[in-house]
Amino acid sequence: MATRPRSAVDARTEPSPVRWLLITVALLFVAIFIVLPLVSVFTEALRQGFGAYFGALADADARAAIGLTLTVAAIAVPLNLVFGVVAAWAIAKFDFRGKSLLITFIDLPFSVSPVISGLIYVLLFGLQGWLGPFLSEQGFKIIFAVPGIVLATIFVTFPFVARELIPLMQEQGTDEEEAALVLGASGWQTFRRVTLPNIRWGLLYGVLLCNARAMGEFGAVSVVSGHIRGLTNTMPLHVEILYNEYNFVASFAVASLLALLALVTLAAKSGIEWKIGRGLTGRGH
Amino acid sequence: MMQRRTILLSGAAAVALPRAAAAQQVRLLNVSYDPTRELYQDVNAAFAKSWSAQSKGSITIQQSHGGSGRQARSVIDGLEADVVTLALAYDIDAIAERGLIATDWQKRLPSNSAPYTSTIVFLVRRGNPKKIKDWSDLARSDIKVITPNPKTSGGARWNYLAAWGYALRTEGGDAAKAEKFVGEIFANAPVLDTGARGSTVTFVQRGIGDVLLAWENEAFLAINELGKDKLEIVVPSVSILAEPPVAVVDKVVDRRGTRAAAQAYLEFLYTPAGQEIAAKHYYRPRDSQAGAKYTAAFPKIDLFTIDQVFSGWQTAQKTHFADGGIFDRLYKRKR
Repeated sequence: MATRPRSAVDARTEPSPVRWLLITVALLFVAIFIVLPLVSVFTEALRQGFGAYFGALADADARAAIGLTLTVAAIAVPLNLVFGVVAAWAIAKFDFRGKSLLITFIDLPFSVSPVISGLIYVLLFGLQGWLGPFLSEQGFKIIFAVPGIVLATIFVTFPFVARELIPLMQEQGTDEEEAALVLGASGWQTFRRVTLPNIRWGLLYGVLLCNARAMGEFGAVSVVSGHIRGLTNTMPLHVEILYNEYNFVASFAVASLLALLALVTLAAKSGIEWKIGRGLTGRGH
Repeated sequence: MMQRRTILLSGAAAVALPRAAAAQQVRLLNVSYDPTRELYQDVNAAFAKSWSAQSKGSITIQQSHGGSGRQARSVIDGLEADVVTLALAYDIDAIAERGLIATDWQKRLPSNSAPYTSTIVFLVRRGNPKKIKDWSDLARSDIKVITPNPKTSGGARWNYLAAWGYALRTEGGDAAKAEKFVGEIFANAPVLDTGARGSTVTFVQRGIGDVLLAWENEAFLAINELGKDKLEIVVPSVSILAEPPVAVVDKVVDRRGTRAAAQAYLEFLYTPAGQEIAAKHYYRPRDSQAGAKYTAAFPKIDLFTIDQVFSGWQTAQKTHFADGGIFDRLYKRKR
């Protein structure tokens, strides 16, 4: 082993030119398509200095957009958290008729274009839609108002938590829960003491992805928003409006917040993966 | 049943909370088309000032912008606009058809309810490298034309009709030749954005295309924002008189109790102050006295109206832009 002839080709790996070529191509790709745009967002945002940057973020319409985005995420993410756990639990731990149908439906928002996701709510709740005229008489506003934006966001983000948990819970099986029940734990105790610790990292990961999408969604929200400045504009919509008004610094300033959110999500995700890798969950992912 | 009703109502109150809080303060929503953002920012500030000067309390006007057709669709679908200020009469007709606005809306304010007018001009790169002089140059095979989509954008419909009107004039009223000519222009369009502002960004920011068919005000604004060293305006031999109309949305103002404010807001556009602001943003004011220092910059163009050449918007819309209309035919042929 110690004196391997230099000319011999190591069969376990590619020859080094190929290795270097592959690594270079991958790095170049990442640099051009991900790092460069990210850098440009921050460069454009800070083009006129930090004063202009923070000025743009302090603008009343920008603040309203940030507030709305946070509100929408604060409603959509917890609801999808509950839904995701319930659905994953049902799918992983029980057998019932229509299970595969349920799994298919959970995946639906992934495969539907966001524009369609928005339009279905216009068709349902619009003034010419199925429920619109009735709701309008009652004084409800759904689309072109905050409730519609929340609905559309819930729709596009609802697979994230469930999709993350289903394989995890299926792999874990029901043995530990059954043992807990036999030992006299109640259903709630079993969930809190046994199931939840087992799925916590997967759950957190799902919530992170769900949150990132909830705050960043453009298409579906654009259809139901009505684009009223300071009222129904979320951050992604506000970015587009500012850009279209030749207000590039402000536009990129708001965009940089979304980019920051992406970076934080990425860091948190790496942290979680690292924890899972170290086996802190007690079992593999 | 009683209880359910109460729950429903309290739910409604929760949803409508921002509205209920505005008892003293009036809030209006102006749903407008794409290039009027800057115009209405100024108008809103000036109107709010004159409103509180008359000690009528404070008023906030909120804005929503997008392609004219799309905005009309949103109002039809329930976007609660107190007033609409759109790119063309047909889009307001479409709202009126659904019963939200009285059908005689265009007679309720002076000058066909269009407080300002505009026209369609060409925006080209500095020095006009492709030597674009008139509509006929747009059909050349070496020209890339940027225009929004006539299906969603009011400005694009004016573009289309202006080109058509030019062709009718030069071809002695031959509709078949006009169709071929307009088809050639749209065959030169690499992208069709949904609104006028989107097209301006495509042309100016992304640097796509040789010529932008633009509202006159949009062309002036682009030059002001982005520099005289990059762009210049070319005035064609003939163009269309575009009359972007305004209307109070009856159903909404009656429900919200905002009719007086909405009416006053639109009437403000006709006052000398309103006309001056329009001129400042390169809309042609109806009042020839207003904003003379701005209007001096407007080129003299031979303008025809939609009523003269196309017998009004209803006919033009049906013939050209409805599903299966001439635009569909000539744009499909391109592919």
